[in-house]
Amino acid sequence: MSAADLSLALLVIAVATWTIAARGLYPAVIGFIAYGLLLALIWVRLASIDIALTETAVGSGVSGTLLLRAAARHRGKVAIAAPASLTVKIVAALLSAAVSLAVALALLLPPGPAPSLAAAAIADMPRVGLGNPVTAVLVAYRAFDTWLEAVVLLLALVAIWSLARGPSWTGTPVIWGKAAATPPLTLLAQLLAPAGTMIGIYMFWVGADAPGGAFQGGAILAAMWLLPMMARLIRPPPIEDLWLRRSLIAGPAVFLAIGLAGFATADAFLAYPKFYAKPLIILIEAALTLSIAATLTMMVAGPQQESEAP
Amino acid sequence: MNVLRDLFTIVLVSAGAFFFLAGTLGLLRFPDTLSRLHALTKADNLGVGLVMLGLLPWAGGPAGALKLIAIWLLVQISGATIAQLIAQVVAQVVTQVVTQVVTRPEQADGASP
Repeated sequence: MSAADLSLALLVIAVATWTIAARGLYPAVIGFIAYGLLLALIWVRLASIDIALTETAVGSGVSGTLLLRAAARHRGKVAIAAPASLTVKIVAALLSAAVSLAVALALLLPPGPAPSLAAAAIADMPRVGLGNPVTAVLVAYRAFDTWLEAVVLLLALVAIWSLARGPSWTGTPVIWGKAAATPPLTLLAQLLAPAGTMIGIYMFWVGADAPGGAFQGGAILAAMWLLPMMARLIRPPPIEDLWLRRSLIAGPAVFLAIGLAGFATADAFLAYPKFYAKPLIILIEAALTLSIAATLTMMVAGPQQESEAP
Repeated sequence: MNVLRDLFTIVLVSAGAFFFLAGTLGLLRFPDTLSRLHALTKADNLGVGLVMLGLLPWAGGPAGALKLIAIWLLVQISGATIAQLIAQVVAQVVTQVVTQVVTRPEQADGASP
């Protein structure tokens, strides 16, 4: 471990401590975003570019934006909850330290050579026609996990929509900020959204052979859909919009359909038939990218308001 | 040739790092938001630009070099816009405080940007 790596690790711990100690909601959220970006640098140093990209796009970018929105909603209101008592804090700190210590011991002093399925995963990669082992594991060997992740994302959006006032599942999310966009934001949306959309699609496409994939590409596409919304160049779709609903379920639905077809074509759920694995995986990844982009966009856009309401 | 390339990279990346250091110092030491913003955008523009230039010979071909240049351009666009947006908020707050002081001087004691 070089001095640069050591200082990076210390910096992450310092920013994490600062985030916990921060008094205001905004400083804590900003600290969390910086923490995620620094963590991504550590993943780069560990040669895990896929995780670094996901941490930046989803862990820091999308989660950070969601937290910023939540903080903005609570600005000037009473505290969300009473501060925890000293006893609770000490118990929480001890439990966290115990978990960290256990994980560190397990990693640093393993009882034997760590079991690894890496060799088996790499050996089968030519059969699914992919060059990026991470993508191969996500859509082939652990397809069920990936499918469940896509479903969980959808459920989270349903939970956000159910937070809206009013009885019906219709209405349009209200974009935050001022009613009129400022010229710099308009310019940014006009310049960045086309370029960023291309980068998002590239990120999904390159995922087959290099770091990238549906989640990273989807997060970038979501940002590029939100930016023109914030600049008031386009309006968020009403949540009952049929095309929106189709985009939201496209990924999980295509994934499930191909998975079920696996019973007939390859003798197992979520198995791919020989010779058609690569095109089917690209189809699944494309549908997943679309769904993840739409879901993340609507999550950040927030609960809907009925059109009659002021 | 190789020595020349290494020297090129070392000089430019070091110069970029120097601008980042100067920008960070400015961010920490300058007295008000607009000056701090000025320091930060200089670091962004020159720092990223110089580091990018220094890394160009290592990009492994024209495609990689174009990607590096694209990253620099994207940082330029977003950095410049965000500086403008923050400056606009500062200008608004200042205008509000000045209006308060002009119209109701006795109530404006606690207000500051």
